[in-house]
Amino acid sequence: MQDLIEQARNGRPRAIARLITKVENSRSGAAKIVPALYKFTGQAHIVGITGAPGSGKSSLVNELAKALRRRDHKVAIVAVDPSSPFTGGALLGDRVRMRDLSGDKGIFIRSLASRGSLGGLSQATAAVIKVLDAAKFDTILVETVGAGQAEVDIAGAAHTTLVIEAPGMGDDVQSIKAGILEIADILVVNKADRPGAARTVRSLQTMLQLGQTMMVNHHGRSMQTASIAPNGSNDADNWEIPVQETVAIEGAGIEDLLDVILVHKDHLRATNGWLTQEKLRSRREIEALLQARFMERFQTAVSQDDRDQLITSVANRTTDPYTAVAEIFNQIKT
Amino acid sequence: MEDFKPRILVAKPGLDGHDRGVKVVARALRDAGMEVIYTGLRQTPEMIVEAALQEDVDAIGLSILSGAHMPLVTRIMALIVENEMEDVPVFLGGIIPDDDVTALNEMGVSGVFGPGANMNSIVDFVWEKVRARA
Repeated sequence: MQDLIEQARNGRPRAIARLITKVENSRSGAAKIVPALYKFTGQAHIVGITGAPGSGKSSLVNELAKALRRRDHKVAIVAVDPSSPFTGGALLGDRVRMRDLSGDKGIFIRSLASRGSLGGLSQATAAVIKVLDAAKFDTILVETVGAGQAEVDIAGAAHTTLVIEAPGMGDDVQSIKAGILEIADILVVNKADRPGAARTVRSLQTMLQLGQTMMVNHHGRSMQTASIAPNGSNDADNWEIPVQETVAIEGAGIEDLLDVILVHKDHLRATNGWLTQEKLRSRREIEALLQARFMERFQTAVSQDDRDQLITSVANRTTDPYTAVAEIFNQIKT
Repeated sequence: MEDFKPRILVAKPGLDGHDRGVKVVARALRDAGMEVIYTGLRQTPEMIVEAALQEDVDAIGLSILSGAHMPLVTRIMALIVENEMEDVPVFLGGIIPDDDVTALNEMGVSGVFGPGANMNSIVDFVWEKVRARA
C-alpha cells in the first residue's frame, strides 16, 4: 500500500485509480489508506459544482478544467451521479461532456455513484478527494448529483462552492427559499444566451441584496434595512457572492468565472476562511465517521432477531421509537 | 442486491453514430446492479483505455457497428497491454461477422455479441467475468 501511495504521489494514474477504488469500496479500506496519506493533503483547492439536472454542470466542469490547464494547474475531477435506489446500479455519464479533456496527463477524471447517499455526494467522496489531494492535483473539481433544493453536502466538502442555475427554472420566490442557494460562494447563470437569462440574474441579485444591510428610500425617508444575511460559511469574512453568466458549451464567460473562483481562493487564504472551512470539514467528517461506527456497533451488539423484535414492537405500538432507542443504547453501553 | 458493485466501461470506438445498442446494454447492466460508465460517441482507442484506467473498471464493453472492429480492437488491445490492464475482460457487441470472432478472441476479446443476442446472456456473462476477477 505504501508503494501505491508512493506511485500515486508521483502521478501514476493506475495507482491513483486503485487507491480511489479501495477507499470507495469499504470503510476499512479507507481506514487504512487515509491515515497513510493524510499528511500529504490540505494542499489542493477544492471547488464544488452543484445545480439542477441539465443546468450544465458537466459542460461547465469541462470548460473550467480546460481554463485551469491553460493556467498550468493540474486538475482532478470527481463527478457523482445517482445510484438506483432499487437495484443499486448506476449510469455514470458525466464523461460524455468531458471528451475534450482526454489525452492530457494533467487531468484525471473519476466518476462515482452516490451509493445511497442523499446529500448530492457519495459517502466516500471525502476520502476520494483526499487521495487526489495527496496525488498533488492543484485543483479538484467536484461535481454533485443533479441537485434539487436540499442537497447541500458539497458545501462541507469544498472550499469554493458554485451553484449553477439555468434560465426559466421558476419564479422569484424560488430564489429566496432556504437550501441550495444559501451554500453558494459563487452563483452561475449558465445558458446565459437563452431567453429569460437576464431575469434569472436579476432575481438572484435581488435575493442577495435582501440579505445585505443597505440604505433604502422609504416614503421619502432614508432608512437602513436590517441585515438578515444567511449564516453561510463566508459571510463573517465579507465575501460578496457574485452572479456570473456563462454559456458553457461555447466557452463564454469561463475565464471570468475562473478569475472569480481564484479570487475566492485568495480571499479564503487572506481571511482565515480557509482554516475555518478546514475545521468545519474536519468536524463533519469526524461526526460522519462516528455515526457510521455507532451504526456498526449497533448492528454487531444487537442481534438481528432482537432488532426485528424491537422494530415489530414499535410497529404494533407495544413500545415507541424513543424507548426502543433508549433500550438499545443501554445494551450498547454495557 | 449484491454488495459488490462492478464498474463497467461501455464505449463506442470509431466513427459510427448508432448508440441505441450500447444504451440498451448500459441500461441492462445498470438494472443488474452494476455501475456503468458511458463515455459517448466517437471515442478513440486512446480515450477509451485512458477512461478505463482512471475509472479502474472491472470490465470494458465495446460497441462497434461501423465494420472497423478489427483495426479498432487491435489498437485497443495493444493499449490495454501497454497499460498493464490485461486482467480487465473486454467484450464486444455490434455487427461482427462470424468469420472475425476467432481472430477477436485470439486478440483477447472474451465475448462477442451480435444482433439478436439475448440480454440476459450478456448480463450473466459480465457478472461471471467480473466475479471471477474480484
